[in-house]
Amino acid sequence: MNISNEEYGELAKKRSPGSRMYKTLPMAFLVGGFICTLGEALLNLYGMAGINKDDAGALTSMTLVFLSILFTGLEWYDRIAQHAGAGTLVPITGFANAVASPALEFKSEGYVLGLGAKMFVIAGPVIVYGISASVVYGIIYYIIGLFGR
Amino acid sequence: MKFCEGKTFCFRKPSILSYAAVVGKAENEGPYGGEFDEVIDDNKGGEDTWEQAETLFQRRAVGHVLRKAELEPDKIDLIIAGDLLNQCVGSSYGLKDYYIPYLGIYGACSTFAEGLLLSAALVNAGYVDTAIASTSSHFSTAERQFRFPLNYGGVRTPTAQWTATAAGAALVCSGVKPPFIRAATVGKIEDMGISDLNNMGAAMAGAAYDTLTRHFRHRASHPQDYDLIITGDLGQVGSDLLYDLFERDGVDIRKYHKDCGLMIYDMKSQDVHAGGSGCGCSASMMCGHFLKRVQSGELKRILYCATGALMSPTMVQQGGSIPGIAHCVEITSE
Repeated sequence: MNISNEEYGELAKKRSPGSRMYKTLPMAFLVGGFICTLGEALLNLYGMAGINKDDAGALTSMTLVFLSILFTGLEWYDRIAQHAGAGTLVPITGFANAVASPALEFKSEGYVLGLGAKMFVIAGPVIVYGISASVVYGIIYYIIGLFGR
Repeated sequence: MKFCEGKTFCFRKPSILSYAAVVGKAENEGPYGGEFDEVIDDNKGGEDTWEQAETLFQRRAVGHVLRKAELEPDKIDLIIAGDLLNQCVGSSYGLKDYYIPYLGIYGACSTFAEGLLLSAALVNAGYVDTAIASTSSHFSTAERQFRFPLNYGGVRTPTAQWTATAAGAALVCSGVKPPFIRAATVGKIEDMGISDLNNMGAAMAGAAYDTLTRHFRHRASHPQDYDLIITGDLGQVGSDLLYDLFERDGVDIRKYHKDCGLMIYDMKSQDVHAGGSGCGCSASMMCGHFLKRVQSGELKRILYCATGALMSPTMVQQGGSIPGIAHCVEITSE
């Protein structure tokens, strides 16, 4: 080839369109905001029904997770996500979708080696590093506590 | 490293006796809908899994080729096929019931050109009288093997391409009726250093440029000597880069160039980002659209340059880049 990889890389960068952020950012803001508002509404509704605050919080998460998995199964979630971007990815609904979608997809390879083994293929790293980070945070918190007394 | 010029094979005998394309619903809703031999509206084709569906697409495409040639499978000396799936199961499982001697090949999305080239060479040399080149791809099998589950809400980047759910097959034999396969150039593995899994066009454009320039040189021809130069699935990004590379040599190929990736879907209304891709993309466009026009004489001399990104998710995760390849086949009406 009569062009170096560096030079070609520059050319490729120039020819590769980036995300249209003027469109994607407001959509993510609106849809993500809508999901969070829905969460707030659910929390208030559960509160009004006489459920204490902790249980209402747990119920809110469960409701959102349930809805997300239902939408994933109905093949609606990914269609909404194509327009919503991070708006559907970041809230707890995105996490539920990341677990439910491989579970559905890999069911064809059986319940153990397919569904069971592949279910956390996307969400797995989040859990691994989330738990690891919480352990590190706990140790730091403990050490600071020793000096704080 | 010294530049390897390679050779362009020139043929006298091979012609394409019959050809067929089977596509899915979205492909038939594209601008060339209605030109394909069969449309399988349900992308699962009534099968249990996506992989089984892909085997069905390829089996049907070969079935149509046999039917149109009025030949039984036992009259075929060889079938050369490949696809994108691990172990090329789309081909091996799809074609096993035909009991035809089989050679499996892998050239990613360049597979159909590779199959045509090998079929033509073997027919021209007289080792076989009849050979079928066949390939398939399926959006859902490719997504789950190379990317994410179908219902995962990840967003595709603007440079990503949409794997076509399609299959194409062509029967090559020594014949006197067009389309004739007159020449072919085997591509080199060109690694342009692109490592973005969602930018296959950029990974492949260099290979297309290299193969095409060598083909022009060996055939003492120029882009304007061809009615069309058809690339496989460079998409928008890859096509633009191909123009850039040719422009550096002072050559403008825009007027003669078509890219199957930019043709198979409606780029405005079908949300396919940078265009279509997959082995079945250019195979179905060739077998559904272009070969007919060569056969009728509407197109006299075309160059079909199918491009493949030899991408492995494992190698990319280990920090590797994506090599590209492109094989080109010259097809004429006389």
